[in-house]
This record gives sequence, structure tokens and C-alpha cells, in this order.
Amino acid sequence: MNVLNEWAFVGLFALMAPVFPALPIVIAWLFRPRKPNVLKSSTYECGVETIGDTWVQFRVQYYIYGLIFLVFDVEMVFLFPWAVAYNEMSLFGFVAGFLFIFLLTDALFYAWKKNALDWK
Amino acid sequence: MEELCTGLCSVLADSGADAGLALFLSLLVGVLLVSGVPLITVILLIWIERKVAARIQDRIGPNRVGPIGLLQTIADMIKLLSKEDITPTAADRILYNAAPLVSFASVVLLWAVIPFTPFHFGVDLEIGALYFVAVASFGTLAIMAAGWASNNKYALLGAFRVVALLVSYEVPLVFALLVPVLLAGSMSLVDIVNAQNGMWFVILSPLAFVIFYISSQAETGRAPFDLIEAESELVAGFNIEYSGMKFGMFFAAEFLHVFTNGIIMAILFFGGWMGPFYYESPLIAFAWLGAKGGLIYFTTLWLRNTVPRLRIDQIMAFNWKFLVPLSIANLIVVSFVLKVMQELGFAPGDMLNASFAELLPTTIILLLFNGAMIFYLLGILRKRGREARREAHGAHANFAQAGSAAGH
Repeated sequence: MNVLNEWAFVGLFALMAPVFPALPIVIAWLFRPRKPNVLKSSTYECGVETIGDTWVQFRVQYYIYGLIFLVFDVEMVFLFPWAVAYNEMSLFGFVAGFLFIFLLTDALFYAWKKNALDWK
Repeated sequence: MEELCTGLCSVLADSGADAGLALFLSLLVGVLLVSGVPLITVILLIWIERKVAARIQDRIGPNRVGPIGLLQTIADMIKLLSKEDITPTAADRILYNAAPLVSFASVVLLWAVIPFTPFHFGVDLEIGALYFVAVASFGTLAIMAAGWASNNKYALLGAFRVVALLVSYEVPLVFALLVPVLLAGSMSLVDIVNAQNGMWFVILSPLAFVIFYISSQAETGRAPFDLIEAESELVAGFNIEYSGMKFGMFFAAEFLHVFTNGIIMAILFFGGWMGPFYYESPLIAFAWLGAKGGLIYFTTLWLRNTVPRLRIDQIMAFNWKFLVPLSIANLIVVSFVLKVMQELGFAPGDMLNASFAELLPTTIILLLFNGAMIFYLLGILRKRGREARREAHGAHANFAQAGSAAGH
């Protein structure tokens, strides 16, 4: 298989994958009883009514973790080619990768010292 | 699958079918064959999970339907099929209905790159390891969508926690994943298994395996990281509003994800299909992969049913202040030591064709460094534990003092 066919396989797989869980749901849709009423279709059927709007804003703490994650996620994508080329790499490329990791570790410790990693 | 697809394609093309159609049909057959494996295993997995949980909790577990309860899952499926499926009026209908599909699909999609035997796999992507990370994070998205679309506070709280937890634990997971990629010099999962011909990567870098194991336990939302659906706090978490088959899909996706992670760990660290006589028959190779993956899967079930749940601040602190620095340190140590060994000529330049004997010096040195790191870590943990105990003891003493003072 050439590269294009490989990705055609993945593409077809991605198209087919939601079909497998959809199939039992559709079959259930054919068989299941339908007796909706107001109370049954309300949020949190048999519990106490909640107060206020449900769709509230995220706490800012989640954003801080999100930002730190973003930094590391991008770093890791850059590190994958470095890891793949590891065996053929010159010493310069190796040290460059080290410096890259070091800079981001530095960022982690900065966030740590700024108490951004504490759950408040 | 590769030869099968190519073979089928050429047969169809010879019989006069359109070339594009022939390719499409052969790919479709390949997709159905590969996805059949997880779809069949998941039925068995639910039974295994319940049986293991029951045994650990000193129960018998399902034993009525079929021999030793094997058909329990089928009975459950029929029950779920006949259940009324309620969509709350307040919910966001499109997201609410799409979430279970995405959740299950993201796990099934992982199997596209999993090599079952040296010659039987869906597709051998050059970036297989990266594909694994990318597709696995779709599950996070699905859980987030489910929690948000349900328009229920408990579900939303579960979704919030998912974002914090799964996103955080992906960092050490990928750093640990970089170690096998680096050792094999390739992101293709087939190459990674082949590179373990001389030595399993779990022996070359046990620490990377431990980090990967812990983070994948968190990625699947299992105890001790199960605060996504902490029953005692959030009723059921993100899936509280789901009923019938849609709930069943979340359930099945989670079970399948745990097993898939076991298989991935077997491939990345335990030599995948490698084992005595694996070259005799693809069935033996497949059995080796299944046995290794199954064993790792069993330990995750064991862990799930044994340890208590952590608080969210503990989980986040454990990840960012312990696992992430540790995984970076591990990557640096492994890559540095290996490079020095290669420059000095003690380590082979390429794992792919290295024999056991050639790898022995590398293995011993890497094991020594890993052992030193583990020893140092245990020291840190012991110190921290002692501090925490002293703190708790101090707080308790103060409390008792205050209580007796108030009593007088």
C-alpha cells in the first residue's frame, strides 16, 4: 500500500467508526418504548431542581492548566521528529534538542514558583 | 491485512471492476476486519471486568446467563435495547446525541494502527505513535461534549474535571511515549515492535513504562483517578443524563479503552507479538500480543478495584509536580546516556538489527541509571510522606488541645 492508500484506509476507518456505535442506538430506536412526560424529560429526572443557569463559565484555574498544557503539547510535537532522528543525529542536533527541553522545563518551574500549578 | 487488501484489490480489478471501486471495496473489507477485533473483544471485556471486580470484592459475579455467566453481556445488551431513551428537553440535542458516538469511535479508531502480528495490521502509519495520541484525545472531547450538552450541573462538574485531568495527564503520557520512539528511531508501531527483537523497552526504560502506565490509567478515568464519575460526589458524572443504549456506548467505550491501552503498552514496552515461536504462525504471534495486553489489562482492573479515589488537588499536584518533571528527567537521562554510549561505541547505532548480546552493555547501564532514579524518587516520596504525616499529626494535636480547652 502506498502512503495515499494508507491514509485512505484511515479516512475510511474514521468514517466507519461512528457507524458501529450508531448501529445499536438505531436498533434501540426501533424497539424502545416512547412514553415521554414533562417530569421525565426534565434535567436530572428524579433529583432536586438546581438553582441558576447550568452553563456557567469555567473557573480561571482550568484556563491556567490549559495554557500550560498547550505549551507542553506543542513542545512534544516538536520533540517527536527529534526522537525519530535520534540515531542519525549529529551532536549539535542532540544538544539543540536538549536546550529546547531545558527551556520548557524552565517554563514549568517558573509556573511552579508562581503557584500556577496549585489547585485553589 | 496489507497483502489481503492489495490482493483483493488486484483480483477485483482483474475481474473487470473499476479500479477506484476495487480499491474502495478492498479497503472496506480491511476496515471491517480490523474493527471486528475490538467490537468482538468488548463483549468479552465487560464480562471479564465484572468477573474480576466481583472476585476482588469477594463476590461471584455474573454466573447465571450462559456458562459461567459468559452471555451476561448479551443479556445486558438486549435489556439496554428495550430501555426508553430519554433526551432531556434542556439538553443540546446534537452534541448530546453525537457524544456517545465520538466516544466509542475514538477508541475503535485506535485499532487502525495496532499491529496484531508482523503481517496483520490495519495500516502501518509512519506516525503511528502520534496517531495514537491524537485519536485518544478525541475521547476527552466526547466526554466534555456529553457533560456540557446534558445541561446538568453534576454532568458539567464531571466535564470540568475531565478537562483538567485528561489534558494534564496527556503531558507525561506523551513524554513517556517519546522514549520508545527514541529507542526505536521510528514512530511506526510495527518498527517499534521490531526494534524490541533484542531487548524489550520495559527493561531498557522501566521508568517510562511506569509513567505511561499511570497516565494511561488516568486517561481512561479509572481509580485512583476516577473523579470524572465520582459516584459519591457527582452522582454519575458526565453521563448522568444518559440512558439506554447511549449510556451503554460510553460504558463500552471506557472498557474498550482500558484494554486498548493494555495492548498499546504491550506493543510499546513488552515487544508486542514477540515471544517464543511467534514466527511459526500468525496465530501464535497474535496470542502473545493478547496475553501480554491481557495481563497488563488485568493489573489495571486490579488497581481500579483496590485503591481509593484521590482528591482533584492531589491529582493535579501529583501530575504537574511529580509526573511531568519525572517524565522530562527520564527522557533526558535515557537520551543522554544512550547518546554517550553510542558515541563511545558501547551501544549499537540502531536497535532494529541489534542482537541481545550487543544490547547487553546498554541495558545494564540504562537499568543502573533507571534504578538510581527510582531509588532517589522513593527517597523523595518517603520524605514527603513523613512530612505530611507529621503535619496531620500536628493538626490533630492542635485540634484536640482546642477541644479540651473549650470543654473546660
